[in-house]
Amino acid sequence: MNLAVRDIRHNSGRFVFTTLGIGLLLMIVMGMGGIYRGLIHEATLLVDRVGADLWVVQGSTRGPFAEISRISASLEDRVSAVPGVARARRFVSHTIQRVHLGRPLRMVVQGLSWPEDRGEWIPLVAGRALRQAHYEMIADLSLRLPLGEKIKLGRDVYEVVGHTRGMVGSSGDGLTFFTVSDALAIQSDVPGEAVRLERAARRARLEDIEIGRLQPLLLDRAAGPSGSIPALSKPQVSAVLVTLHPGADTAAVRATLDNWPDITVYSTQEQKDLLLSGMVDKAKRQLGLFRVLLIIISTIIIALIIYTLTLDKMRDIALLKLIGARNRVIGGLILQQSLLMGAFGYALAWGIGQFTFPHFPRLVVVEPADLISLGFIVLIISTLASLLGIWKALRVEPNTVLSA
Amino acid sequence: MSAPAVEVQHLRKVYGSGHTEVVAIRDASLSIARGEIVGMLGPSGSGKSTILTAIALINPPTSGQVTIGGDPVLDGPKALVDLRAFRRQHLGFVFQKANLIPFLTALENVQIALEVNDNAPKAARKRALELLEYLGVGARANNLPVALSGGEQQRVAVARALANDPSLILADEPTAALDSQRGRQVMELFAKVAHERNAGVLVVTHDHRTLDVFDRIVDVEDGMIHERSSTQPLPTP
Repeated sequence: MNLAVRDIRHNSGRFVFTTLGIGLLLMIVMGMGGIYRGLIHEATLLVDRVGADLWVVQGSTRGPFAEISRISASLEDRVSAVPGVARARRFVSHTIQRVHLGRPLRMVVQGLSWPEDRGEWIPLVAGRALRQAHYEMIADLSLRLPLGEKIKLGRDVYEVVGHTRGMVGSSGDGLTFFTVSDALAIQSDVPGEAVRLERAARRARLEDIEIGRLQPLLLDRAAGPSGSIPALSKPQVSAVLVTLHPGADTAAVRATLDNWPDITVYSTQEQKDLLLSGMVDKAKRQLGLFRVLLIIISTIIIALIIYTLTLDKMRDIALLKLIGARNRVIGGLILQQSLLMGAFGYALAWGIGQFTFPHFPRLVVVEPADLISLGFIVLIISTLASLLGIWKALRVEPNTVLSA
Repeated sequence: MSAPAVEVQHLRKVYGSGHTEVVAIRDASLSIARGEIVGMLGPSGSGKSTILTAIALINPPTSGQVTIGGDPVLDGPKALVDLRAFRRQHLGFVFQKANLIPFLTALENVQIALEVNDNAPKAARKRALELLEYLGVGARANNLPVALSGGEQQRVAVARALANDPSLILADEPTAALDSQRGRQVMELFAKVAHERNAGVLVVTHDHRTLDVFDRIVDVEDGMIHERSSTQPLPTP
């Protein structure tokens, strides 16, 4: 006869409400683990999908995901000339926030190295890849921009031609893909007044020096568009992505690139490690600490409830001792109740999580390994939580029945 | 000739020490044969409950011997056997209140006593039902204690006490919570159990209306047991 089940049936209301509370706590524990996994998934998604063998970034920097990286767009041509390199692509990545149809819209702008890269590698759920050099974009569904939607970014209007699902940056903002030149135009967009002031400042600086005063044509050029001034640098990109020929010696290519003092080279794995050790590490520790606290709270709650349930049964336990029940029968009653509370709470947490996690603003990834490890944790905390009740029960004297 | 159901020799129980010493039992000796029902009477504080709990192996005496079914079990405070196992196999208990486990049905309350004594659940269930029917509460087998009357609850408690065919049944004022009619029924039940099942029964009671059901009565006064020659109530002084 299972005494634990019968007692729970008798006190079903208290058991159900306590289990519900435990279940919600465990759901948060489960969700926090899932949020951490989601952070990793989102942070490394682009690095994984972009399919580069090497990342060339600004010298002595950790790349565009860790800090600002600016390198000349012409580096693409230099890298392409290195033996073993099949393809080099410019990479631009920056986050912008605009207001669209009255709502704030944050997006990560990615530049594709047109025309070599039209975004065929991007997993589209609707629409198509880019077909023209300008004014087209691919957007993640999380941005809620329907196909065909036109959105003004800077001075130009871009049309959504393709959709991805679940492609977000490390901050959780949806990814958008443009050609590199469009991405740079969006990045460097400044108001007309600022352009005019900059041109006037250039002209004033030139007038202060002799060559400016002697060459009036230079003054006219300085007051014109930046792109028409050869002395000014071309727009800069965040990185150059390198794809090697099949069978190419990665170490050899990397050794060649490492000799260039203006750049730093990372493998894809190194780029991911930098991402995780930088941005995600603190979030991981924060979430981990919360998880530990919640597990401790869950243990205390289960222990207190089991202890209270045990106190309510002291007379019955004394009677069981009087009629000769062994300690394992009495201990088993309390342990089983604790384990059942933990097990039902865990199942409830999983069930509620199935419905709620997809509606969280950030991706929640609950992996089977995490479920199994949490199951073991619940097993351990349920066992620990029962110890106080068992200790109390084993101390009760059988003659308590007579004196009561 | 079979050994007595219980034999108590020179039992002494002292609580505390020095200035706080209280002698609960001075020198108590008692023997109950199998098939015999003995009533134990005495005023409050006379020591009868202490004697009962000593025989029940839950409150060991300071000195003296307790032998149950021919097995020496206590020599002073020293246990000569595993007391909990011995209680489970040889003793049955009934109290003033039925003390049924509230989350078990009448049937399960009897069944649990059998299962803790290593009976298989199916066999335990069958025997528990037989006992409830023997005591006239078979129809209430699947009711929780809260749905039973006081008399029915006490019958279930008697069934639980009988579950493992004990050689000795100890009852502490089992009729105190019952009206006179139901109290008498329960006392007659004990007599029936003692005679039909060959068990020794010791009943601590204050109820003078049912003394005629006992085979023998002992009085406890100042921690000593005195045999009474008659089972008739003593005249009121």
